[in-house]
Amino acid sequence: MRVTFTVNGRRETADDVWEGESLLYVLRERVGLPGSKNACEQGECGSCTVYLDGTPVCACLVAAGQAEGREVRTVEGLADGDRLDPVQEAFVECGAVQCGFCTPGLVVQAHDLIERVEQPSDAEIREALAGNLCRCTGYEKILDAVRLAAARKAAAS
Amino acid sequence: MDFLRPTTWAEALAAKADRPEAVPIQGGTDVMVELNFDIHRPAALLDLNRVTELAGWTSEPGGRLRVGAGVPYVRLIAELGNRLPGLAQAARTVGSPQIRNRGTVGGNLGAASPAGDSHPPLLAGDAVIEVESAARGVRMIPAAEFYLGVKRSALEPDELIRAFWMSPATGPQYFSKVGTRNAMVIAVCSFAIALHPAECRVGTGIGSAAPTPRRALAAEEFLAAELDWDARLDPAVLARFGELAAQAASPIDDVRGTADYRRHAIGVMARRTLTWAWNEFRSGHFERRAG
Repeated sequence: MRVTFTVNGRRETADDVWEGESLLYVLRERVGLPGSKNACEQGECGSCTVYLDGTPVCACLVAAGQAEGREVRTVEGLADGDRLDPVQEAFVECGAVQCGFCTPGLVVQAHDLIERVEQPSDAEIREALAGNLCRCTGYEKILDAVRLAAARKAAAS
Repeated sequence: MDFLRPTTWAEALAAKADRPEAVPIQGGTDVMVELNFDIHRPAALLDLNRVTELAGWTSEPGGRLRVGAGVPYVRLIAELGNRLPGLAQAARTVGSPQIRNRGTVGGNLGAASPAGDSHPPLLAGDAVIEVESAARGVRMIPAAEFYLGVKRSALEPDELIRAFWMSPATGPQYFSKVGTRNAMVIAVCSFAIALHPAECRVGTGIGSAAPTPRRALAAEEFLAAELDWDARLDPAVLARFGELAAQAASPIDDVRGTADYRRHAIGVMARRTLTWAWNEFRSGHFERRAG
């Protein structure tokens, strides 16, 4: 089947999509956006987190056809040209990346948190990131990065 | 495989009548896992995301809430957390934020897993499931009659789940769940309690400790007979309630836990949740209403 949707502000059409295929597969293999990572394929790890109509979801659990006509924003759509999003900058500065595989999902999920919650508490950060697994860093630097991004956002507004 | 995309409830019912083998998909948090792992390859998917009738909830004449099968957990928590506190507590334990943004009670009912988090509070709170088919119209199925076996429900192949009906809480409600961490946990076992002070009755629900979610009926009957609603909780009554709740379970050994552990934990959670609910009730948070 054909699926037409908006990705990072651009209208995209994917053809020959299998009806049981996930949005994640369409993004990575048909639209050429490999930022969202494919790991557990069961919603356990959060590596494929994208915005669907403004709500963070696991792209592996959205059927491709369910994205028809809807708006998707992936990690590739956070930066403004060459200027990184403040969450991405904070991840770089805090060294919140080791192997990097979980990073796109964490960045999107953290981006959503600080959009919704000004100055989130540690408990709120942990709760927001509870569905994003990192097997390298032990999370401390990730928490540092989210705190930094939130503080900068609050200071700028 | 076909991908069916109804945009109205009538279209959805017609599609299900025409293709009873089609698997309904709402948040996808169960259905897509089975597709991704090639566990099932249904002949058709019936996408319910566009059926706007499912996406809302209403307060009906008489006061009961009718919650559409497509309302995700995140909205249930935010919009109905005060009125359905037991169910909201359970909803907060479902998966992760991303899962709660997509997953629904309707989907939990459709999957009918004995470990589904919604089921115990639905049982304790006397929820009724509204299902419908194009051929036979609406059926209202009490939650206690909905679960028939492991991942089997009373839903007929040509029926879809429209909503669940539940009265706003008239007394304290609590949910407890055993798992390895606070997030992303499929219940090892779980327990829900709802005080119904106007009827001097306590509702219960057991999760993940029997082939289906079920009420602890003997434990409920014991409390209806023995509980003194004007007194502190009698430790002997509390202990007996825990024993009867544990006896109501018929768990198995599996990767998440042993049958013995589950039976024990059900007794502990039954005592804990009743204590929490009773303390809240006695504190006057919920006013006792005239029966």
